[in-house]
Amino acid sequence: MTKQEAFEKFIVPIGPQHPALKEPGHFEFVVDGEIVTGAAIRLGYVHRGIEKGVESRNWTQNIYMLERVCGICSHIHATAYTLGVEQLANVTVPPRAQAIRTLVSELERIHSHLLWLGVAAHEGGFDTLFMFSWRDRETVMDLLETISGNRVHYSTNILGGVKIDLDEEKITAIRKGMDFLEERTHHYLKVINTDETFLGRTRGVGTMSSQQAEELSAVGPTARASGVPRDLRIDAPYAAYPEFPVRLMLSNEGDLHARFVVRMNECLEAYRLIREILDHLPEGELTVRMPRRIPEGETISRVEAPRGELAYFIKSAGGDKPDRIKIRTPSLCNWGTITSVAVGHKLADMPMLLAGIDPCFSCNDRMVRVNRANQPQLWSWEDLRLYGIEYYR
Amino acid sequence: MTELKLETPWQKALARVRTWARINSPWAIHFNSGSCNGCDIEILATLTPRYDVERFGIKLQGSPRHADVLICTGPVTLQARDRLVRIYNQMPEPKFVIAVGSCGLSGGAFQGCYNVVGSIADVIPVDVYVPGCPPRPEAIIYGVVQLLNSLKGETPDPQAKAVSEA
Repeated sequence: MTKQEAFEKFIVPIGPQHPALKEPGHFEFVVDGEIVTGAAIRLGYVHRGIEKGVESRNWTQNIYMLERVCGICSHIHATAYTLGVEQLANVTVPPRAQAIRTLVSELERIHSHLLWLGVAAHEGGFDTLFMFSWRDRETVMDLLETISGNRVHYSTNILGGVKIDLDEEKITAIRKGMDFLEERTHHYLKVINTDETFLGRTRGVGTMSSQQAEELSAVGPTARASGVPRDLRIDAPYAAYPEFPVRLMLSNEGDLHARFVVRMNECLEAYRLIREILDHLPEGELTVRMPRRIPEGETISRVEAPRGELAYFIKSAGGDKPDRIKIRTPSLCNWGTITSVAVGHKLADMPMLLAGIDPCFSCNDRMVRVNRANQPQLWSWEDLRLYGIEYYR
Repeated sequence: MTELKLETPWQKALARVRTWARINSPWAIHFNSGSCNGCDIEILATLTPRYDVERFGIKLQGSPRHADVLICTGPVTLQARDRLVRIYNQMPEPKFVIAVGSCGLSGGAFQGCYNVVGSIADVIPVDVYVPGCPPRPEAIIYGVVQLLNSLKGETPDPQAKAVSEA
């Protein structure tokens, strides 16, 4: 940037501590009056070094470590990890365990989407919807607490199965909760589709064509709202999804409004799926025996998190600890869409646009180093520590 | 808390009014110094209809310059450390810190990761610790109430003390 341009441009810095999102991230918007002409994002404030940390913990400890990658989609992280490790150990998990895993991940999807609905409405200044959706979200939090004992990190998965079982009482509670939430979600869909001020804030804002979504490699509901049929539960079913298929929720509008509609429709689909799983819950064991040492090998495990495709690369050297785990989270894939979609919109639309992709900072703050020379390089613990100190200075 | 030098009865009375106002409406600011989100959504849940801390006068603020209480979550990462200290310094006196969650207490599950400095108490002084991974919204409210009680000059609930010492 030359000096002349620097005078013409006005940069609005936001963050890392800011009231809009609950997590630290730094944004710089270049504005011309009210219109945003450029956007830059700096992430990394919650980078903790989990990928390196898992290498010093054993296979079982890592379930709990990896659940804490993210507090909103914690179950799906553990599911991706356990599915991968079970694949490496060549263990088949009993169908009942797979069904319970799927059930909990759908409950988690509901909790995540309702949470997002509230936060996104809050960013748009619609606090009434925020309060209502969070009130109803307590229903699903109660259900998760009833079946697992904790509100956020459920620790449902263990290697080789699950550690919770469902009895008649819990099944009745879940059904009751689903009935209530279904009614409420229909109400929210009505609000989203008819409220004049809400439509004014969402319709035609941040429109992304399906071609753009493909090019920017958007995933999850953000991509599906732009008409990209991409859902791992359908493309590559895992856990109990082969027995309990889901319907693809698509919208071709590509704007913020479409993202609301797609997420709410996914909630409705989740209620249907949960009822179906409860109707046809397979009988049998919950766990199978897992070896303490996992045979040597590499695998990639992909699951559909509430925010999109989540991929784990797991490498075992045959010991009781993993050799390498690489996590690719959906939030990081979706960030790219913000910087290109934001341009041309009003500064006041930015919070809602940011919230529109459902960003999760604790998921995406990881280190990526692109090695163009194609020379493999080993990073020791000390190297990483020094690099971190230098980078974050 | 800095000790106010009380000289005249007028100043004493003024101090009493200030404490009364502070106890009845503490304004809080929330900062995530590297947490997994779990504690943050539970803090947010305390604002929503089921728990609704605003009925106690507790309000979540956007700016550290308006806040009395810093609610801090997560282990402190290298990059967040300077920001945390800056936010703490920006808050007006007297200021109080509540560390929420196991990570904030000790580093929790992330202890030993290369980019984690440690607990919040390693960086800034902490008044109240709320344990749990994550703590329930009720526990967070209880932590705030403990802080307010200590402002009134009451000794902390012996049960709460036992928990924090354990």
